[in-house]
Amino acid sequence: MNRKMAQLLALAALFGIGLLGPWLAPSYISQFAQLWLFIVLALSWDIMGGQTGYNSFGNIIFFGIGMYVSAVAQVGLVWPVAEYTAAKGGGTEFVFNADQIHAGLALGIPLGGLVAMLAAIVLGALLLGMRGHYFAIATLGLAVATAELAAGWDYIGAGSGMVTPTLPGDMNGPVLFYYLSLGLAIVTILVFAWVYSTRFRLAINAIRDDEDKAEALGHHTTRNKMTAWAISALFTGMAGAIYGNLSGFIDPHDIAFNAEIGVWMILMAILGGKGTLWGPIIGAIVFFISKELFWTYLLGWQRVALGLLIVIIVVFFPEGIMGWVRERWPHLFAPPHLDDEEDDETPAGADEDKEAAHA
Amino acid sequence: MREKRDWQVQDRPLLEVKNLTKRFGGVVANHNVSLFVERGTIVGLIGPNGSGKTTLFNCIVGQYPIDEGEIWFEGEEISRYRTAHIARMGLMRTFQQTRIFGKMTCVENMLVSMSERRRRLTDLFTPGSRADRARALDLLQFVGLYSKRHHLAGSLSFGQQKLLEFAMALMSEPEMLLLDEPTAGINPTLINGLVDRLRRANAELGITLLVIEHNMRVIMNLAEYIYCLAHGEMLASGPPEEIRNDQRVIDAYLGAT
Repeated sequence: MNRKMAQLLALAALFGIGLLGPWLAPSYISQFAQLWLFIVLALSWDIMGGQTGYNSFGNIIFFGIGMYVSAVAQVGLVWPVAEYTAAKGGGTEFVFNADQIHAGLALGIPLGGLVAMLAAIVLGALLLGMRGHYFAIATLGLAVATAELAAGWDYIGAGSGMVTPTLPGDMNGPVLFYYLSLGLAIVTILVFAWVYSTRFRLAINAIRDDEDKAEALGHHTTRNKMTAWAISALFTGMAGAIYGNLSGFIDPHDIAFNAEIGVWMILMAILGGKGTLWGPIIGAIVFFISKELFWTYLLGWQRVALGLLIVIIVVFFPEGIMGWVRERWPHLFAPPHLDDEEDDETPAGADEDKEAAHA
Repeated sequence: MREKRDWQVQDRPLLEVKNLTKRFGGVVANHNVSLFVERGTIVGLIGPNGSGKTTLFNCIVGQYPIDEGEIWFEGEEISRYRTAHIARMGLMRTFQQTRIFGKMTCVENMLVSMSERRRRLTDLFTPGSRADRARALDLLQFVGLYSKRHHLAGSLSFGQQKLLEFAMALMSEPEMLLLDEPTAGINPTLINGLVDRLRRANAELGITLLVIEHNMRVIMNLAEYIYCLAHGEMLASGPPEEIRNDQRVIDAYLGAT
């Protein structure tokens, strides 16, 4: 009861800060939009890397796919895509009005997520027979290959990239994308909170703890892994769709399949605490703020500082912030039975337990 | 027990292994092994270390592909099936080195062990019914781990983990369980309790048991029929009293007593 209340309060606070954000710090609105998207990326990575125990170094693929699919859909609703990309930057003739922008986003964001999800299912069928490290390495290779493919495909602008639809002058882009990011983050948190309240979490945690045993129990382990990765890809793809619009320009290497962001999503989950709901959220916030501070105040040394931060994370917080807090203040994480109803109905003869205590 | 076996003897055996051979490179781990287990019975499998008992289990549940022979379970030839599929048919094993989900609590271990038979993906996206939780707690109670229900399974002692693994196996409502040394690592006072629970699982829940065991007192008491493997071959089989006095078994395994 208490823990549920605390979670709801934390969520309400997050949502409140999110809604008020643009008024509190109007000049940082794009950064905060990015933060919401990073929370989505960290949470999405964690369902596979933290909860299922399959470290994917390739989730950036879904980010890029979502971004490109959305941009193509947004443009394609109004203009022929090939000519648009050939004009490099959209030129002056390819203009969009507000309705076209709204329709494009309403189509592009979900479509980006869905196509990314399909990609996860196809890739999952190919890769999820592999265990542990082999899977990690295979996804790493795929991420590199996908970026090269995108950079060689003229339809989406090849190496010179693609410009997302330019908003008409009377639309406030940053505010629009900020609220889209916030909305996506809130939906993602709620969906993951729900998923983790079901037996599906137990099924994927079982894979993390002992996949052979899960199989021996008759679990459809490959199907469950694919489902987890598909959920992961759905939200990563939608985050990519918004991120592309936020940045205004999609470069295959530097934005869409940006290896750095691919690593960051992992770091955020590890920093906050893998395999928990709040870990990746906290990790994303802490990571993003440190990153922004480094880029502002340590320019020139920002990557060194970030590298040091990573080393500190791994050495001092191997279990992440949530894991560290749990170790320090275990009573905050008292076993759930303290507020369960089931405790009232202690079966008769629970004293039999005494023998087991000797085992 | 005897009467029970007699009326079931007319049925086809629940599990039948015919002329099974399993090689690892040049090593023949199981050679021409045959055995059958009738529904509702408790059968023992004994033999010296390295005689191929665990290999036979691994072959039966589909973990190792077999080289020759047939395995029949409930009238189906299962030797080409995958482990998870065989488990869903109701044939399950426990491990000699216990395997539980260490970072999950005992209750979670139980809930994740629910039978996957006739279940779809969407069934996983529910919190699990009160009835399931109640059964999980009942079974934890049955093996004496109720008070540990919210502890992480990895924090239990080895013996307790064995009991948890047994409870998990029961949770999945199997037709038949292959138990790999259920009493190894469990303290003597608890062994009697465990043997009693194995019997009750057999009598009350109707679960057929095939048990690998090195504790002769346990297996002679528990099983109504015993197979003895040595060097990968079936050395002898028969009721406990016959096995106990079989000269080949004494020479290969039991030693002079």
